[in-house]
Amino acid sequence: MARTVTTQRKSLNTAIAWGIGLLIFFPVLWTILTSFKTEAEAIADPPVFLFFDWTLENYAVVQERSDYMRFLWNSVIIAGVSTLVGIVVAVPAAWSMAFVPSKRTKDVLLWMLSTKMLPAVGALYPIYLIFIELGLLDTRTGLVIVMMLINLPIIVWMLYTYFREIPGEILEAARMDGATLRSEIIHVLTPMAVPGIASTILLNFILAWNEAFWTLNLTAAQSGPLTAFIASYSSPEGLFYAKLSAASTMAIAPILILGWFSQKQLVRGLTFGAVK
Amino acid sequence: MNLKTVLRAACAVALIGTTGAYADSHTVTVTIATVNNGDMIRMQGLTEDFTSQNPDIALEWVTLEENVLRQRVTQDIAAKGGQFDVMTIGTYEVPIWSRNGWLVSLNDLPPEWDADDLLPAIRAGLTVDGELYAAPFYGESSMVMYRTDLMEKAGLEMPDAPTWDFIRDAAAAMTDRDGEIYGVCLRGKAGWGENMAFITATSNSFGARWFDEDWRPQFDSEAWANTLNFYMDLMKSYGPPGSSTNGFNENLSLFQQGKCGMWIDATVAASFVTNPNDSTVADSVGFALAPDNGLGKRGNWLWAWSLAIPAGSDATDAAKKFVAWATSKEYTQLVASKEGWANVPPGTRTSLYENAAYLEAAPFAEMTLNSINAADPTQPTVDSVPYTGVQFVAIPEFAGIATLVGQEFSAALAGQQTVAEALEKAQALTVDEMEAAGY
Repeated sequence: MARTVTTQRKSLNTAIAWGIGLLIFFPVLWTILTSFKTEAEAIADPPVFLFFDWTLENYAVVQERSDYMRFLWNSVIIAGVSTLVGIVVAVPAAWSMAFVPSKRTKDVLLWMLSTKMLPAVGALYPIYLIFIELGLLDTRTGLVIVMMLINLPIIVWMLYTYFREIPGEILEAARMDGATLRSEIIHVLTPMAVPGIASTILLNFILAWNEAFWTLNLTAAQSGPLTAFIASYSSPEGLFYAKLSAASTMAIAPILILGWFSQKQLVRGLTFGAVK
Repeated sequence: MNLKTVLRAACAVALIGTTGAYADSHTVTVTIATVNNGDMIRMQGLTEDFTSQNPDIALEWVTLEENVLRQRVTQDIAAKGGQFDVMTIGTYEVPIWSRNGWLVSLNDLPPEWDADDLLPAIRAGLTVDGELYAAPFYGESSMVMYRTDLMEKAGLEMPDAPTWDFIRDAAAAMTDRDGEIYGVCLRGKAGWGENMAFITATSNSFGARWFDEDWRPQFDSEAWANTLNFYMDLMKSYGPPGSSTNGFNENLSLFQQGKCGMWIDATVAASFVTNPNDSTVADSVGFALAPDNGLGKRGNWLWAWSLAIPAGSDATDAAKKFVAWATSKEYTQLVASKEGWANVPPGTRTSLYENAAYLEAAPFAEMTLNSINAADPTQPTVDSVPYTGVQFVAIPEFAGIATLVGQEFSAALAGQQTVAEALEKAQALTVDEMEAAGY
């Protein structure tokens, strides 16, 4: 029987949810507001919230100083291609673990996840040396490979969880109808798992977009994405908060818009299989 | 269109393409790693002057935050990654990296570059065994910046070369906690380039040193106890609240908003606090040398952001041309003609301080020069030491050790431990690290 929820309780829950939502969003909001202030207003004490002389000067300075489109394009390529390649590699892996499990499947899954527990800096120097040898330093190809590899465990785990919700009998029926393994995955499994695959793509695209350790360490003048663009506006000696905020806003805007438009898909994918 | 026309057009296109490719193949690209500060950004904007004089050289920039840049270029140079042809490095890195054979000597820069015009203290900080390994782009020391109106209100007059006792008395007289005015603002944020830069420079004037001549750590000495007790007492009695998290930017912000009576920090801040666009106290700022204790050393540091060429660069000649251009007297003239004398990079050349137009545009110029000249990176302390560097010890282990020591001192300032405990821990960890490093 469904539990009755009073209007008062509903209002309280709504208020708490909004409160938490605003708390989480506040740093982003503050960054956006700061980007429209002068440097002096950005550091004013007490801080000014809305009542200041709004200016677009910081955006003009950032536009003039940096080639924003180059950084943006690099971000799109690195995050997009690494996510898509990751999906192509992960779908067969997740299929085999979900539908043809062996007694070591759980161990393999845990081992894959454990690679995420290694501090990234521990692998930096070996990867740097390999990149020098292969000529991959400061290339988008190199970053696509690294991004794909570091996000692969998450992609496989997510897809495995979604695939587990799909009844194996449907795939069996397809097999009985003469479907090959390839067409079983492409024409039967994938369409059924579209919400899960979509949310996996979105989440990993966001993770790759925001990644700042490898992108800062493996790039120089050519392949730096938007994280490198933001880093170029940080300074311990001098006031650059307003310009830094403008650069940050320009860097997060595309992903914020993408998240806004795809939030329904993202939530549906993330809660896929949560209720049986 | 007949076949002949098509062939002619194809030949023309191929010729144009080949010419373009030939030009491209003869263009040398110089990649410059730099920090985000006003002078460096200004240089980026003026590079057309260089590229028009050197059409065969293309410039590419990588701008990073200071600590990220340091880690990035160290990694690249150690691994021989060859990502950068020119690097912006400080006086801490130059002696260490040059001894490792990581930097190209700049002794052969053209005579008109005029190495003898460099300020002696700055040149000494960038020279190892007679070889200049980096060309200074801008130099700085530290000095006292103070509010002339508050000083006058307190009935005091700041001497050109104050003592620490005077600073404490003036801080007491200027502090008005109800009015949110704090007598003195100093760095408290942990970090080898943050609180430890200030405290190490201060310790020199109290007769303290990091190591004795046998590399034994000296935090258990009376001089260090005096240094730290004085600093803590000054900050806790007359400093702003939460000062254990204040670095350069936080104190700059406080001073610009009129909340600090005095601020002892980098000379480069003088142009910020006197800029009426950002500072509410621009017309009432005075300058004095960093304080002393009558022991023959003042509490000021010495730093120069400089351009160096890594040994692995495959564009050394082009990089040298760029370094010579960016650190030349002509570049100073270029900045002055485009953006005014107040915006030229300070603290590197004697000729700049003999230029009447500059002295008129920059009221802090004379004190900056005196502060730089008052620092001696080769003999930074009262007692002799086996190292060079004023606010740092030029050994690779220093950055790591000083960051840990800085955390202990910052914790003491935050009231989490006593001065004696902080010094005891500093001594123990420095002994451990130095032993592990084989000293």
